[in-house]
Amino acid sequence: MSRQDAYERSRVSDSQSNPNSDVTDAVIDVHGVHYAIGDRPIFDGLDLTVKRGLITAVMGPSGTGKTTLLRLITGEIYAGRGRVAVFGRDIGALTTRELYATRRRMGVLFQNGALLTDLNVYENVAFPVREHTDLPEPLIHKLVLTKLEAVGLRGAAELMPAELSGGMARRVALARAIVTDPEILIYDEPFVGLDPISLGVILRLVKQMNDALKITSVVVSHDVHEIATIADYSYLLSEGKVVASGTPAELASSDSATVRQFMTGGPEGPVRFHYPAPDYAEQLMEVSG
Amino acid sequence: MSNGARVGVLELVRKSGETGIFFVRLLAACGPALGRPRLIIAQIYNAGARSLIIIMLSGLFTGMVLGLQFYDVLNRFGATEALGTAVALALLKELGPVLTALLFAGRAGTALTSEIGLMRATDQLTAMDVMAVDPIRHVAAPRFLGGLIAVPLLTAIFTVVGLFGAQLIGVQFLGVDHGIFWSQAQSAVALKDVTEGVVKSVVFGAVVSLIAVNEGYHSEPTAEGIGRATTRTVVASSVMILLLDYVLTAVFL
Repeated sequence: MSRQDAYERSRVSDSQSNPNSDVTDAVIDVHGVHYAIGDRPIFDGLDLTVKRGLITAVMGPSGTGKTTLLRLITGEIYAGRGRVAVFGRDIGALTTRELYATRRRMGVLFQNGALLTDLNVYENVAFPVREHTDLPEPLIHKLVLTKLEAVGLRGAAELMPAELSGGMARRVALARAIVTDPEILIYDEPFVGLDPISLGVILRLVKQMNDALKITSVVVSHDVHEIATIADYSYLLSEGKVVASGTPAELASSDSATVRQFMTGGPEGPVRFHYPAPDYAEQLMEVSG
Repeated sequence: MSNGARVGVLELVRKSGETGIFFVRLLAACGPALGRPRLIIAQIYNAGARSLIIIMLSGLFTGMVLGLQFYDVLNRFGATEALGTAVALALLKELGPVLTALLFAGRAGTALTSEIGLMRATDQLTAMDVMAVDPIRHVAAPRFLGGLIAVPLLTAIFTVVGLFGAQLIGVQFLGVDHGIFWSQAQSAVALKDVTEGVVKSVVFGAVVSLIAVNEGYHSEPTAEGIGRATTRTVVASSVMILLLDYVLTAVFL
């Protein structure tokens, strides 16, 4: 299916994405997922599809479960009800061996980098290659330097994670995530804390990898404007469901109050900025009294 | 049974089950981990070699105190020649394994717990898991095996240094004959006594390492959670060492 076809099939909806949509080309298919932490529901019938070769953005206010969704996709946690399928297989039904085999086809960029603190930058990037392959050392050397060069940190190969800034750590983590050439790359807030130059480089890198290597990318991000420049399709989550989906252009022109509030960053609207609390004036009086 | 007691019992059962399952997974991961001897050697160095100074100092002073105390008691019966025997058996069978394990729990066990707890808090264990690298095989098993190997070695060093400390006090300062001290020690110690000491040190090494690794692995990923896990390591290890010491002593008698 061409990218244009994918655009045409995509439609903005104010309720949920259509669960009956064609998922034959879906690399990730989340269907009717319910998930709760204790008594607090996070997802209440979530439906979402990530199609092969596209950059899919998952957006939403803080606390809507974007990172939880990534953990469901990687099989770190399991849905209470519903189905999360990756490469066509229900992630909750896999054995540990099968789950690990599936994970070897994914790369995940963690929000904080999650670099191994007892290894230097070079060894961090080499880590998954050493663990999963018997490649000769000269080849590993070339592979690691190629990926570090791509993120602009070849010169930092000998540094320890503690010596890196937050942005540099995330770029190293990106190099580590792509070193095994995964079929799916999952980015958890990849743009947070990056300077404008690094941000531009990472944006281009995500796009280039997607175009050149046909990697399927899932990007969880708050950065509406940055993500709009590279995403092929976006989902907007709120209150445990997909409240809107479509191409960035479709979302930008949507007349949905939820979408408009999120895209423009408005404090008033269907998405609450304030955590539920008693009346402000009353509470102030209680304290002063 | 009150509600509080019921919750406490349930929590104890849950914790025991969690530790049991973790132990089985850990044992299963030890085989593959043995294929990476570099990781285990690094942990023997971290947990064992870095504990050497505290073990040697404690062994020396323990031996010196034993030399003084036993000399005082034996002198009342005119049997100071038996000083070597008393010190050797006490160190070999009891104080060597027990004190080494307690010191190991305080020095290396807490370090293991906090290190693994921090790896959990900074998503390093999750990252490994998502990279299809089993963190139990890569992180927990080498540390467990490192502790298991290090404790008996440290116990041997503690015992030897302790004997030297007792000899220093008994022979050099209190006038016990040098030849009698060593010949008595040598003739009284049987293979069974050495076996008892070795078995105790291996069991204590396994228990302390398991508790330390388990607490770190399951610690709450916060500063407070890691602190609590570290405390639990010391408390649980100390209690288990003393309890198992009684059981093993009863078995060997």
